[in-house]
Amino acid sequence: MELAFAVVIGALTASGVYLMLRARTFPVVLGLTMLSYGVNLFLFSSGRLVTGGQPIIGSAETYSDPLPQALVLTAIVIGFAMTAFVVVLSLRSLADNDNDDHVNGRVPEQDRIPQEQEGANT
Amino acid sequence: MSLPLVVLLPFLGALAAPLFAQGGRTAIAVISCVPAIIGLAALYPHWAVLADGGIVQHTTEWLPALGLSLSFRLDGLSLLFTLLILIIGLLIILYARYYLKPHENVGKFYALLLCFKGSMLGIVLSSNLLLMVIFWELTSLTSFLLISFWTHKKDARRGARMSLAITGGGGLALLAGILLIGNIVGSYELEDVLAAGDLIKNHSMYPVALTLVLLGAFTKSAQFPFHFWLPHAMQAPTPVSAYLHSATMVKAGIFLMARLYPALAGTEQWFYMVSFTGMATLLIGAYVAMFKHDLKGLLAHSTVSHLGLITLLFGMGTQLAAVAAVFHVINHAIFKASLFMAAGIIDHETGTRDMRRINGLWRYMPHTATLAMVAASSMAGVPLLNGFLSKEMFFAEALELNLPGLWAYLPPLVATLAGIFAVAYSARFIHDVFFNGRPVNLPIFPPHEPPRYMKIPVEILVFACLMVGMFPAFSVGPLLYAAASATLGGDVPEYHLTVIHGFNLPLLMSFVAFFGGLLMYTQRQRFFDFHARFKEIDEKAVFEAIVSRISDTAHTVTAYIENGSLQRYAMLLIVSVIAVSVLPLWDLGIAIGSNGLSPVDWPTLIGIAILVVASLGTAAMHRDRFFALVLLSVVGLLVALGFARFSAPDLAMTQLSVEVVTIVLLMLALYYMPSWTPIETPKGRRIRDILIAGAAGIGMTLITLAMLTQPFTSISEFFLENSKPGGGGTNVVNVILVDFRGFDTLGEITVLGIAALGIYAMLRNVDLPPPPGDGQGHAWTRDAYPMMLQQIARPMLPLALMISAYIFLRGHNMPGGGFIAGLITAVALILQYIASGMSWTQGRISIRYHNVIGLGLLFALIAGAGSFAFGYPFLTSTFDYVYWPVVGKFEVASALVFDLGVYLTVIGATLLALTSVGRLSPHSAINSTNYKEGS
Repeated sequence: MELAFAVVIGALTASGVYLMLRARTFPVVLGLTMLSYGVNLFLFSSGRLVTGGQPIIGSAETYSDPLPQALVLTAIVIGFAMTAFVVVLSLRSLADNDNDDHVNGRVPEQDRIPQEQEGANT
Repeated sequence: MSLPLVVLLPFLGALAAPLFAQGGRTAIAVISCVPAIIGLAALYPHWAVLADGGIVQHTTEWLPALGLSLSFRLDGLSLLFTLLILIIGLLIILYARYYLKPHENVGKFYALLLCFKGSMLGIVLSSNLLLMVIFWELTSLTSFLLISFWTHKKDARRGARMSLAITGGGGLALLAGILLIGNIVGSYELEDVLAAGDLIKNHSMYPVALTLVLLGAFTKSAQFPFHFWLPHAMQAPTPVSAYLHSATMVKAGIFLMARLYPALAGTEQWFYMVSFTGMATLLIGAYVAMFKHDLKGLLAHSTVSHLGLITLLFGMGTQLAAVAAVFHVINHAIFKASLFMAAGIIDHETGTRDMRRINGLWRYMPHTATLAMVAASSMAGVPLLNGFLSKEMFFAEALELNLPGLWAYLPPLVATLAGIFAVAYSARFIHDVFFNGRPVNLPIFPPHEPPRYMKIPVEILVFACLMVGMFPAFSVGPLLYAAASATLGGDVPEYHLTVIHGFNLPLLMSFVAFFGGLLMYTQRQRFFDFHARFKEIDEKAVFEAIVSRISDTAHTVTAYIENGSLQRYAMLLIVSVIAVSVLPLWDLGIAIGSNGLSPVDWPTLIGIAILVVASLGTAAMHRDRFFALVLLSVVGLLVALGFARFSAPDLAMTQLSVEVVTIVLLMLALYYMPSWTPIETPKGRRIRDILIAGAAGIGMTLITLAMLTQPFTSISEFFLENSKPGGGGTNVVNVILVDFRGFDTLGEITVLGIAALGIYAMLRNVDLPPPPGDGQGHAWTRDAYPMMLQQIARPMLPLALMISAYIFLRGHNMPGGGFIAGLITAVALILQYIASGMSWTQGRISIRYHNVIGLGLLFALIAGAGSFAFGYPFLTSTFDYVYWPVVGKFEVASALVFDLGVYLTVIGATLLALTSVGRLSPHSAINSTNYKEGS
């Protein structure tokens, strides 16, 4: 079980990092969201994987660790706030940079290709 | 208590003085005198103790953990410097009253001068070395501001910058040295450090500590090769030059050497470093002084030379030499301050400081001329004046120095040579300025005597020159004895303060210096011709070149690292995180821990497989943005299932509702963006990123695996035990959120609110027309809002609100609570926007979501502050049971109010964010209610 769980976190991290390194804003936002899933699961798992031990007093024999759960709960909500902020930032950047959604604000010289210029004109 | 007061008063005076600037120069000068007068009065009662070599100590704890305390110490040495600072400071205040012009910013001048005075007093009175370093840096800063007082002058600004760079840099070295010493001794208190001299000197770090401390002292006291800042600091107003650059600040380095003399001196390293630096400074300063045409330039280089002399005396390491050094500190301060003031008067009355133009002033200002000539003679070392006495002691010590072989001749030779130079430049000061023909082309002509009171400070100092010169034992004997005994740490050698010691070798050296100097002055044209053959090095140009080269290098490095590409920063950031964490993790031995692996069941494995495929698929297919978003939502939903699977119902519910809101938001945003991501040009970059991502992923897998299989202990036992009896709830996660760690949650909902307001602010007045189609040649479908969705969504709202109320109320005991209930309400409301459009919904729900956020935070704060009313700390919760009809026994906790705050903030923040994005383009299909009719 632990190995499978670890692979999940690894896959989320790898996809998240790859997307974060992309040149357009939207994939970067997806990457950040993905990475925050990975981090949340990682933090959560620091209380170890417990089956049927929900931390509701009186509902189980042994309880899972409630502290990482409380931390992750707020992390999920804050993570949403961050995603929302970043995606709006990218919208604002789109509006300010003539509908160019490159993370640098505009496509760097060396990365310009003919099709892109066409695409930007439409 | 009087010691901290003496240091504090000038700072208070600095605050008060500018208030009197309106009252004119006299009023502000009178006010500025008050701190020094009170200070002198406060110190007077201590004299009896100090004369016998006693110490007055005052200590107040400040930061004991750092070894930093507000401790002050008054002994003979600090008394000597305190008197110099206070008394010469008073004379400077009087002098500056007449020196400054009425239109100048006198308030600023006196405030800075008093700040400087306080900092300087802090240095000499601190008993804690760290405290001393603080004041040391303060003098660097205030002197920077004083040198650049005439901010409109480019040279003044440059000179100030140079002095700050040199003395401030030296201050950093000093700090490092003091930290080392404190580390060796185990205390920063002067008492302990002075007593631990042998410990310090035998320590392996002694050479490093010594070098660093001396760097601080040498830069401050303008020793070679750092001497060049002092002549350039002469751009300051003359009262500043007289005060800072002759009597006080440049003596701070000397003071430091005297103060730490018992702790650091007496070793070979000390001897060679200090005495040779002093010797070089003595000679170079005196030599250059002869060739300066600027009156203040001559005095500045002469000051450099005299500071070198004092340093050399300390470097010799004998007790008598230390006495001579302390004596020369007094004498130099007296005659040099008066000379600077005289130079200022001449500048004031003639409009220039160029000695080639100022000639024959004797016939215009005989009074000033007499004073200046006496002081200059003292500088030259003419008998019956104070400069002679300490110079004589210096010659005697130079002869006593036992260097091997021919080296033994070096110190007396250097001393005599420097003496000759000193006589020559003093003779030039006297003859060139007051005689030597008639003035040439003066800006102010004819010059006349300055105002009466401007001469008084000079008169007092010249009188002191004569008194010390003729009756040394009577005038300075006790003070010198007290200072010398404090410097040497108790035992003072036998010395005699008499005017003439008889005919001996030192006297012969004085004769040689005197007549040699006069001869040199008469033959000065030859020396000028000789000197002119060498290309003069402009230290300022060299310094500026070095500074600009450093700054150019910094710019190059910055431009290389910070090239404006966010993509590159992200890459560098992630690569550094990986690089930094590899080694420590390697050392930890990342492997499967002792708990081993637990068996896996099929349903979980299938879920995990889908999750992994979906997440890797999102990355692989990210160019088709809509598809990638759908895959991302699959990942999010499976994460929610994962939380449910591993005993975290609260997390599962939160993740589920957040997931819905996130995907709706991203979908909305995608509407305004291109639907496709173009291929990135360099293929190498994609391969590189795959490798980086792979490394990060594998690393996280290994770390997680190692962590999950390690045995562990948790602090959560406390929460599990106290949740019900202490917090009144059985849902431990919720009790942690609203009770145990309520303050954290308060912070988090505040962040949430700020993020939403930020989103609102970012999108205000932004018009972003959505693209006409999906980028693949298809236009958007122009359907109206789907009727099925509308019909289902409307009755859903009350149902969803009821469920969220239920989830909210039960949250303390069962999975649920403010966060989850808030998200459910938000989702239900968002559904109305999706189904019926912006305008329709807003026409019916006329709530301003800003207010909801504010109300939520207010509830949370009231719930927290409510406990103050009962005398408990912030956010202490209480609970009780009430019996409701139908419901029965129901528990009411004060934390419920807090949770209500959470609930409202979550709703407000979520909806404010979403509606801000939805409102972006007012004419788009999303919010057009009239669209149906329009089509």
